[in-house]
Order: sequence, then structure tokens, then C-alpha cells
Amino acid sequence: MQSISGEERTVAITVIPGAPAEAADCDHLDHKGGSAVRALLTVGDHDEQSHASTSGRGELIVATILDKARRTTPDVADTPETTGASGLIDPTAISRKTRSSSRVPRSAQRLLGPVLLVVAWQLTASSGLSGENVLPRPLSVLTAAWRLIANGELQEHMTISLLRVGNGLLIGIVLGLVLALVSGLSRVGENFVDANMEILRAVPNFALVPLLIVWFGISETPKVLLITLAVAVSIYINTFSAIRSVDAGLVEAARSFGVQRRELIRRVILPGALPGFLIGLRLALTGAWLSLIFAETINAKRGLGRMMSDAREYFQLDVVFVLIAVYAILGLLSIFIVRALEARLLTWRRSFDGN
Amino acid sequence: MATDVTERTALDSVVVARGVRRVFGEQVVLDGLDLDIAPGEFVALLGRSGSGKSTFLRALGALDPDVEGYLRVPAKQAIVFQDPRLLPWQKVLTNVNIGRPDNARTRAEALDALAEVELESKAKVWPRTLSGGEAQRVALARALVREPQLLLLDEPFGALDALTRIRMHGLLEKLVAKHRPAVLLVTHDVDEAILLADRVIVLTDGVISLSSQVEVPRPRGRDSREFVALRRRLLTELGVGDQPDAR
Repeated sequence: MQSISGEERTVAITVIPGAPAEAADCDHLDHKGGSAVRALLTVGDHDEQSHASTSGRGELIVATILDKARRTTPDVADTPETTGASGLIDPTAISRKTRSSSRVPRSAQRLLGPVLLVVAWQLTASSGLSGENVLPRPLSVLTAAWRLIANGELQEHMTISLLRVGNGLLIGIVLGLVLALVSGLSRVGENFVDANMEILRAVPNFALVPLLIVWFGISETPKVLLITLAVAVSIYINTFSAIRSVDAGLVEAARSFGVQRRELIRRVILPGALPGFLIGLRLALTGAWLSLIFAETINAKRGLGRMMSDAREYFQLDVVFVLIAVYAILGLLSIFIVRALEARLLTWRRSFDGN
Repeated sequence: MATDVTERTALDSVVVARGVRRVFGEQVVLDGLDLDIAPGEFVALLGRSGSGKSTFLRALGALDPDVEGYLRVPAKQAIVFQDPRLLPWQKVLTNVNIGRPDNARTRAEALDALAEVELESKAKVWPRTLSGGEAQRVALARALVREPQLLLLDEPFGALDALTRIRMHGLLEKLVAKHRPAVLLVTHDVDEAILLADRVIVLTDGVISLSSQVEVPRPRGRDSREFVALRRRLLTELGVGDQPDAR
């Protein structure tokens, strides 16, 4: 597209309702977002290209361009370089371009925030404004981490915690899914299950801890159970609502083509509910780590939560920082796993990528 | 030429409707509707929006359990909806074969059906990559692969652009001539009805107020004398005969 110079002041818009060569292939045009109309800006004599097509859609496009011009008037109205005598502007100059030419990979760009955070941390810690017992330096945290890994303490506690989260997740996902199916696929099931799950969701997980301790003592059971409940609720709520929001038109069409109930559930309802289930899974993972901390800070002989309590007790702030980092890494890892799952399972979908 | 639907014998018909009634709350949408459709006959059902055209089609398509009256349709029937209603998580070929057993024979049949709508190259793609016209052609293939005795079309081209619609008319005409199902096309487009149908009927106040054989010789041009006359008559029946467009 040419830019409009100050000399050639007359700008004409020609709206062509589909180029002649492509008009025969209407599906091709349709494919490009349903627009069979292209706007073309030409610079030159008024008489040369002054004809504007008056198809309904053509006028719409012109109107849009003029509207954009009006909205940007404060910026461009006074500069003859970008504005013609008739107040028209170059739409390519104001349309958003996709910037993807950067040589730094996107994943590296995203690390900028955390890196800056660590730098700020180092500067604050070494400036002497805060003592080592308030904000330990990044290096002493790394040393602490190395010490805990070298003597095997971190691995031992982490394994215990991972087992708890793993078991809680496994049981919770199965339980949440079963309940969501029972409730989502039948009105009777909904009557029995849904209100109870809503109540359970409304109760903060932490409030269940005393009850679980009284019932199950300080064994592994209450800890895994607390995680299980958090996971099951997340999975249930999201999967149930996803099942109920499967497009009724698709269900009707499938039925009209002779799809029987079992097949309908397998081929239409479950795939339709999958995106909702994956959102539930994401929230379930977050909830699982949160519940783990609740469960372990209260009564545990081993586990990351126990390490945390001990570190607090003995004022080992460096260890506290190590543990926060461990929680962060584990949490991020779980999110990555769900993202990978989504990318694999939802290839049929396409969504806004933020650009 | 008007044909009195009640005079026809029901014996050779694929659709028999007698006294079909559908009430939504207080509102009577279908009020004792009678209709017969012969095997292989192409009937276009016109009506103003809200006249109950789609309600009647849904009744024929076994999508409405609350309809009253006598209704007989063939078991082998298929619907093309206004929106394609393809499962986004199934490839095009699987969508065509939905509800049918999955084996080498049915897959070959589905591929043939896609070839008939000129989309065999799209058999393995996701539906979201199709254009509106392509998706609707897949929906047509999905209906025809069942070799239906009755094909129900619920404003199937209503959401398409004008150029695509013209192509779809040609394609539908070709496929109906080949497969010979009885067709009920619900549409609000009078030209579309006259171009495609053997008989045009108009639904007003819950009953069929006009039924006319389309005597325009095929291939039908919109400028033939018979076309213009029938168009005028139908538009008058639909209550817009005095508008500038109708002349």
C-alpha cells in the first residue's frame, strides 16, 4: 500500500465487491472471514479512480474507514502528510500489525519479569536496608537449597508430599468425574448430587481440618482426604457445568442422525465437556497444593509443610525461601502438564493467542 | 395450478399429515395442517417468519414430541439445519458418518458422499477450517449418505452469502435429481422455492393457505414469464405483493 504524500492530495476509495477472477470461487472468498469485498486505496487524480461501488457491503466498509478516521482525528487531522484534502486516511497506517520479528524466543521473553524480580531482590538484600534475618540474599538461599538437596532432606520430604498430592489428585479426579457424570447426565442424579457439591464448595477447605483430625487421627488419611475433596469439588463443578452447556443443537442433530444414548455421551457430550474438565483440572491442581499446605502445617511428621513449620520455628528464613521456590516450581510444573494436555486434546479448537 | 392436498390418496405418499396441531402455551402455531408428499417430490414450504414452518419441519423430523394429529414419515429421513451442526472435535469424514456403524464400507460411502459435494479433499480436516458454504455442503453429504426417502431442509442456505447460495442451489438440484428423495424445503426465499421445487406451499395462520405446482420449465430462469407470475402470486399470498421489490 502506498503512503499518501502531501502533494497528491486527492484520495479515492474504490470498493470492489470481489475481484472478478475470484468471484467465481465464492467459497474461497467466504473462507477469508466472509468478506467478499476488499477496500483499495489509490492515490492520484480524482477522476481516475473516483467511482465508489455502492453495494450494501461496500458502503459498510467505507463507513468503517471513515469512522476510524474520525476517531483518530485528534492525532492525524493536522498533519497533511497522512490526511488527504477530503479528510481520508491510509487505513494501513492505523491497523494493528502483528509483531513477530523479534529474534529472542517468546519463552525467553516471558522470563524477563522473574529475572527482574531476582535482580531487585539481590539489590535490596545487598543494600543493607534489610538484615539477613529479614530478607536473605539469593545466594544464601541457593546455598541452603544445595545443603538440603545434598543431605537428602528435601527429596525425602518432597517425595512424601508428592505422594499425598498424587493420591489426592487421582482419587479426587475419579470421584469428581463420576459425580459430574451422574449429576450432569440425569435430572435425578442432579437432585441427589449437585446441591451437596455446591455446599461443599462454599465451605472453605481449611474448616474441615479439625473434623478430619477427629475422625481419622493424624494418619495419612485426613491429609489425602483433604486434597481429594478440594480436587473433587473443582473437577465436579467445572465438568458438570461443561456437560450442561454442550450445544443443544449438536445433541439434537446427533439424535436426528440416529445416535443412541451411549454413543451420544461418548461422541458428543464428553468431548464437548472436555474443555470445561481441563479448566477444572487446572483449578484442581492449584487446590491440591493449597490443601497440602493446610494438611501438612497442622500435623505431619514429614513433608514440605513440616519442613516449613520447622524452618519457621528455628527462624531459618533461607529454608523458607527454598520451600517457597519449591512450591512455585511444583505449581508451575503442574500448570505446564495441564497446558500440554490441552494442546494435545483440544487440537480441534483455535483461540485468541494474545497477539 | 392449485392442488387440493386432501384429495390425494395417502397410499403412495411418503409424508402423510392430517390435522397436525402444535400449541405453545396460548399460541396456536399449527392449526390442523394437512399435507401429503409423494415419493421423489420436491416441496417448498414458504411462510412469514414465525408462521410455524420450522415447527412443522421439526415435527416431521421427529424432533418435537408434543405435536398432535396424524403424522406418518419414512424411517429413512435426514435433516439439514440452518447451521451446519458439525461436531467440532470430529474430522469431516467422521461427521458425515455420525450415527452409522464405522467400517470400511461406510467410510467409503462417506467419502463418496463428500465427493458428490466436491469436498473429498476435506475428509480429514477439522470442521472449523471449513468456510460456511463448505460446512453446509458437509451437512448435505451427512444427510445424503443415509440415502433418505425424505430429506428435510430447514432454511439450509439462509446463513450463506448470495454467491455461495447460487452454487448451493445448483448442487442441491443435481443431487436431488440423482438420489430422488422426497424433499421438504423450508425457506423464506420465494425465488429459491420456485427455482428448486416441484410444488410450492404457503403456511399462513397454522394451515396451508396456498399450494401450487411449479409449472416453470427447467432449467429455470428467474426472468421467464411463468416464474415472474408465480413469484408475484406467492409474494401477494405472503402479504408483501404491494412492495416495490415484488413487482
